[in-house]
Amino acid sequence: MTSSSVRLSAVTKSFNGTDVIKGVSLDVKQGELVVFVGPSGCGKSTLLRLIAGLETPTSGEIVIADKDVTYAHPSKRGVAMVFQSYALYPHMTVEDNIAFALKIQGRPKAEIRAKVHEVAEILQLDHLLQRRPKALSGGQRQRVAIGRAIVREPDVFLFDEPLSNLDASLRGQMRVEIARLHRKLGATSVYVTHDQIEAMTLADKIVVLRAGLVEQVGSPMTLYRHPANLFVAGFIGSPRMNILPATFAGSTADSVRIQTAQGSLIIPRKDVSKPASDKIQLGLRPESLSFAAPGAEAHLTGYVTLIERLGGETFAYVALKEFECEPIIIKLDGETPVHNHQEVALTIELKRAHLFDADGLALGHAPDFDPAQV
Amino acid sequence: MSQSATTPDNGWRKHMPVINAFLRYGILIIIGFMMLYPLFWMIGGSFKNNQEIFSSIGFIPKEPTLDGFKKGWETSTEYTFATYLINTMKIVVPKVIVTVISSVIVAYGFARFAIPGRKLLFALLMATVLLPKSVLLIPQYLMFREFGWLDTYLPLIAPQAFAVEGFFVFMIIQFMRSLPMEMEEAAVMDGCNSFQVLTLVVAPVILPAIISVALFQFMWSMNDFLQPLIYLSSVEKYPVALALKMSIDVTEATSWNEILAMSTIALAPSLILFFVAQRYFVEGITSGAVKG
Repeated sequence: MTSSSVRLSAVTKSFNGTDVIKGVSLDVKQGELVVFVGPSGCGKSTLLRLIAGLETPTSGEIVIADKDVTYAHPSKRGVAMVFQSYALYPHMTVEDNIAFALKIQGRPKAEIRAKVHEVAEILQLDHLLQRRPKALSGGQRQRVAIGRAIVREPDVFLFDEPLSNLDASLRGQMRVEIARLHRKLGATSVYVTHDQIEAMTLADKIVVLRAGLVEQVGSPMTLYRHPANLFVAGFIGSPRMNILPATFAGSTADSVRIQTAQGSLIIPRKDVSKPASDKIQLGLRPESLSFAAPGAEAHLTGYVTLIERLGGETFAYVALKEFECEPIIIKLDGETPVHNHQEVALTIELKRAHLFDADGLALGHAPDFDPAQV
Repeated sequence: MSQSATTPDNGWRKHMPVINAFLRYGILIIIGFMMLYPLFWMIGGSFKNNQEIFSSIGFIPKEPTLDGFKKGWETSTEYTFATYLINTMKIVVPKVIVTVISSVIVAYGFARFAIPGRKLLFALLMATVLLPKSVLLIPQYLMFREFGWLDTYLPLIAPQAFAVEGFFVFMIIQFMRSLPMEMEEAAVMDGCNSFQVLTLVVAPVILPAIISVALFQFMWSMNDFLQPLIYLSSVEKYPVALALKMSIDVTEATSWNEILAMSTIALAPSLILFFVAQRYFVEGITSGAVKG
């Protein structure tokens, strides 16, 4: 049985009467890398600081490695944290920075030396040990910050947007490095980011937060394929999912008939109960739309208003006829011939279409999704 | 290239920066010299004999002599000038140490802890900066008399252990506010208690501010005349500031060359300390703590 390494039970936090975390319960299993994502101000950093012990919850319980640490001192929780700004000690050498926690614990000098060198080797910092932080590059500083966390051999690693101060190429490099380290050390990690790519590539499990509440928890692909609501659907995926207004026109056991401004569509969808309001929303990812093959049935038609060629892929913005909504985005192959003002017919990959009711909750689920598995 | 060669005013415009620099530095040097002239005159005067001091305005002595230093050092009292220098250090050194320790601790409290009534307390502290020192003289004198501390160095040193210089506390708070909180949080995560965060992480990083405080307090205390005058009554305990004044009082014909020589010596500790510590004002050691 895998024991849970971090468990939050109904944790809340208010600052001066403002509720920032409004009751979060969460299980992080041993060895898992969990990523908190959400728009700024959603409470993801606060939640991390609650786990770290830098804040104490207003109510609720935090358990780490089967110990109740709700009100324990940060250093007594078996957690180590990597900060966004690295937070290195500027007056100490790299070696002293990494050794600091062990010195505070009063470990013997020989042991500290051995451990620091071991960690430095893992992170390829051996040749920098006598330098001060100001003589290091951004990537090196970040590695020192990670080294400072590793050396304590914590039960749980906490990362607070660790890569957002790095430039784009270095970020990609460090992301791979963190993934590699996580596999090597196998330690439980909680990672806060607003970067979707980091979330999708690093996470075993993503927690989507909004306004202090958990919107959905699941593996990256589960969240991408089967968002529980409109917020998650819009937040995960770039470019965003296209949302079109539609009306509910009836359902069978495994399909839904909907009415759009351009006629009716039958969407394969299971367990759909009749929504309270007929007004529903159709969600289409840019890659589940394509130009209709000549002679084939077109689901939607419109005009191209803007083309973005990224090389490997091309995004076309299409203003749909009859619809009163923003132009939708379609992801095409990089070489696709297309020009502005071109009239296009679109095919929808219907089994990848999403439906949401008037409250934004997912209506039923896709045919290849088994709710019992989550 | 060809166009600039044909421009008629090319000749003098080319030399503009040089002319500019000459003008600017010339004016600055002249004003700087005028400001420092009394200092030069004092140093020069200490090598003159008593008659020459009043007979010429130049500061270069015609017949340099060390008489002023020899006689001045012996002083007109039973103690040499060394006694007074040592007395000064006996006051100044402990005063600087307790000032730095107390100011840093109080500043850290104000900067980082949510103490109830923090704003009011801070406002009160700042108000004491505006309070003229002389207002406190009589009540403080009476208080220290009750303590039996008169004619000791305690009234000069002990109050500083309670961070009474609001200006220093303010200065350190401003410096601490510029530090990233994350650095201190990292130290907390690493297992430090508040005191360790202060001594092991914050204090080394704000060293430039601490040195500034130490330097200010050192210079102010060296120059302080009023407080020693009030609390010290025996000559053997006098610091330099009182000793210099004393030599004007007691002799009938004041030997100005001796006074100037001893003033020159009295200046030395502050000057030396200032030049040694100067680089810490410039060097910002926080760079590298965070992205920057």
